[in-house]
Amino acid sequence: MINLDVIQLSRLQFGLTALYHFLFVPLTIGLAVLLAIMESVYVMTNREIWRQMTQFWGLLFGINFAMGVATGITMEFQFGTNWAYYSHYVGDIFGAPLAIEGLMAFFLEATFVGLFFFGWDRLSKTAHLATTWLVAIGSNLSAFWILVANAWMQNPVGSQFNYQTMRMELTSFYDVIFNPVAQSKFVHTVSACYVTGAVFVMAVSAYYLLRNRHHDLAKRSITVAASFGLASALSVVVLGDESGYTITQNQKMKLAAIEAMWETDPPPAGFVVFGIPDLATHQNKYELKIPWALGFIATRTIDTPLPGIKDLVALAESRIQRGMVAYRALSHLRQMKDHPDPQTLALFEQYQNDLGYGLLLKRYTPSVIDATLDQIRQAAWDTVPNITPLFWSFRVMVGIGFTLIALFTTAFYLAARRRILQNRWFLKLSFLALPLPWIAAELGWIVSEHGRQPWAIEGILPTYLGVSSVTTAQVWLSLMGFVVFYTLLAIVDVFLMIKYIKLGPIQRIA
Amino acid sequence: MIHQLIDYETLSLIWWALIGVLLMGFAIMDGFDMGLAILLPFTTKTDIERRIVINCIAPVWESNQVWFILGGGAIFAAWPLVYAAAFSGFYSAMFCILFALILRPVGFKYRSKVPHATWRSIWDVALFLGGFIPTFVFGIAFGNIFHGIPFHFDDSLQSFYTGNFWDLFTPFPLFCGLLSVCLFTMQGSTYLALKTEDPVAARARIAGIQAALLVIIFFTIGWIWLKNGWVPGYQLVERINPHASSNPLAKTVESAVDAWLHNYERYHWIWLAPLLGYGGATLTAYFLLLKHPGKAFITSSFAQIGVIATAGLSLFPFILPSSSHPNSSLIVWDSSSSHMTLFLMLVAVIIFLPPTLLYTAWVFRVMRGKVTAQDVQTNKQMY
Repeated sequence: MINLDVIQLSRLQFGLTALYHFLFVPLTIGLAVLLAIMESVYVMTNREIWRQMTQFWGLLFGINFAMGVATGITMEFQFGTNWAYYSHYVGDIFGAPLAIEGLMAFFLEATFVGLFFFGWDRLSKTAHLATTWLVAIGSNLSAFWILVANAWMQNPVGSQFNYQTMRMELTSFYDVIFNPVAQSKFVHTVSACYVTGAVFVMAVSAYYLLRNRHHDLAKRSITVAASFGLASALSVVVLGDESGYTITQNQKMKLAAIEAMWETDPPPAGFVVFGIPDLATHQNKYELKIPWALGFIATRTIDTPLPGIKDLVALAESRIQRGMVAYRALSHLRQMKDHPDPQTLALFEQYQNDLGYGLLLKRYTPSVIDATLDQIRQAAWDTVPNITPLFWSFRVMVGIGFTLIALFTTAFYLAARRRILQNRWFLKLSFLALPLPWIAAELGWIVSEHGRQPWAIEGILPTYLGVSSVTTAQVWLSLMGFVVFYTLLAIVDVFLMIKYIKLGPIQRIA
Repeated sequence: MIHQLIDYETLSLIWWALIGVLLMGFAIMDGFDMGLAILLPFTTKTDIERRIVINCIAPVWESNQVWFILGGGAIFAAWPLVYAAAFSGFYSAMFCILFALILRPVGFKYRSKVPHATWRSIWDVALFLGGFIPTFVFGIAFGNIFHGIPFHFDDSLQSFYTGNFWDLFTPFPLFCGLLSVCLFTMQGSTYLALKTEDPVAARARIAGIQAALLVIIFFTIGWIWLKNGWVPGYQLVERINPHASSNPLAKTVESAVDAWLHNYERYHWIWLAPLLGYGGATLTAYFLLLKHPGKAFITSSFAQIGVIATAGLSLFPFILPSSSHPNSSLIVWDSSSSHMTLFLMLVAVIIFLPPTLLYTAWVFRVMRGKVTAQDVQTNKQMY
């Protein structure tokens, strides 16, 4: 009944397309805001160079934007094509922010982006500036609604299971929007997008300065990027810390896995800087630890213990057992249809918060309630995400975050002292930093979404239950289609980007 | 709670109408730029002409495409079961549409960025396919809904589709696909005629008149098809409680020969819908003949509304009938989201749709006027 190939392939397809989409989104959001800033300077100072800058970076923005839109269309429909049961199970809550994103954010962004490109000669300066800001605001609002939806997957608040419809249903939209995970995720993610935009502008400008081309444009652009980038990079780390704090509240297992924290240490727990997690013996080899650090960051106290993986697995085991009770009560309720027996209903209501844990058993025994102790133990260990990639993704991401802060601080200092243009080693370094924000963003996505496994919705719906009942051949075909299409598009995109960066501002092809 | 201001039955009905309105918005707005892409190879002879055609919609097509994306989001939010069963059932067809749609953003943006002739003709083909394939496949999917789709639910409401991709291509759905292509081509031709000068405009008018006549012919054949029971419909055996929680397993449905026309026998006012379809298409041909493309765009838009409403009203209350297990069919009263979600989404539509329509109209006003060969050659911003 459960087709492992379809599950693995669907996950691979969703993961690859999401990671690919997320190559273009950060640059769109970051550049949109930078364009709005540059054009604001143009309107305020009336200096022609700032208009040229806006148009030049706008051209590169456009090439990237097209890819973001092209790869975004498929994201919204993949929930239906590949994750049909997920869509049914949580669509009542999850669908709303996606629809509102289209209605209030993407409409705004997409409608005004056309005017941004084609309205230069048709609009007054202020009207065009307003257009550019609306594109920037629209793209940020888009990010907000998508992250509200995503945050609900991490921390499913404001909702309840309805046994009659067999799905989660909304109980408070206020809770869904003001989900603390959504708040910290939104600021952390958009700041990372701003950093991406800033690094892009800085790297391309550095390239021009090294080649002694487009001096006027490059020196102004690099100054804007340095200041904007520094503020954003600081915000990424501060809000990254806030994200860490919020997951301590609701995704203890994710935190423990990121930290490869097998045991519950006496508080405050230490931060493992380096180590090789050994999945067989449940220990870390060659561990290098900063005492107390993690306890402070994650709990902001010195006496709250952080539960380790082994204790959390034991907890999961008891929740699975309660989930079996909930599942049995649910089966009875489904048979009674419109006339539920109040006793069964009360039993279900008492245990329903653990229903999702009961569902973890479905891959071992379809009827759930006849699971053996051994199967329960196995299912409990399934709640531990894939430790090694999480451990390393997180550390590399944080490392890049601090590297970029150092880079922007130096850039800001050099720009303030008006020495940035002479500093060839620094310009080279800035150019080499180009891939860093993308690597960090993709790793951040892996930490967040791979770290959510085995859940599609934390504690509610295991990922493997969410798939559609499609055939392996179908998913292979669509996956191959994506690989071929996206590879070709990536080549075209990079080719055009390089071509237009080399061409530089002003020169255009008719 | 505040959401109980409107009862569940009314909300379900409102959302049925709203999804219809979004579909119509999609057909009117995205319809004209899909249609224009279909016309691209047939109305142009030179690269300059092709650039004129592309630049007619270059500033607005992105905004138009949001109607499609919003339609998907709204179906997800308002009818999660429909979203789940239809898109997983139509898996391969859906990916045909999605891959074709991917070609559009990059096609518009990248085509004129390199002056090489082969490069440009490759993207021209891509743009044509990006318009033609989704339009054709939408029509085919719609036609299959009339036939019923082989799907069912188990007790946990997991949906199972038991047909295969090639089953979708039977005569009636293929025919609906052609109708859909003609509708969007007609819509695209009116906009193209409005935004260009001769000779492109003249070609657009001729194409538009042909498309409008085909719409009238196909619409009539479709009607005869249903009237004679060659595509049997479905009907509810007993009325179900529209206030109960959505559960698609609690009703009995049977197949009946001309069930898709029952609503037209029962409620005479809904004849307005097919009338609008016929009237709209006829007037479109007429106005194009008189060289009034602006008026033709409006009447063509009414034709889109008329045809979509005709289809929706004949299916009502069915959204997605099941041919293999009719009792698993999805209808307006048992596929909706919860009372609270429907209410909340309605509030969101009331707040956000009017300003969206206003600023969209403003953007069209700013970008008004014809696109000429001179614009394309001198304006550096153009594609």
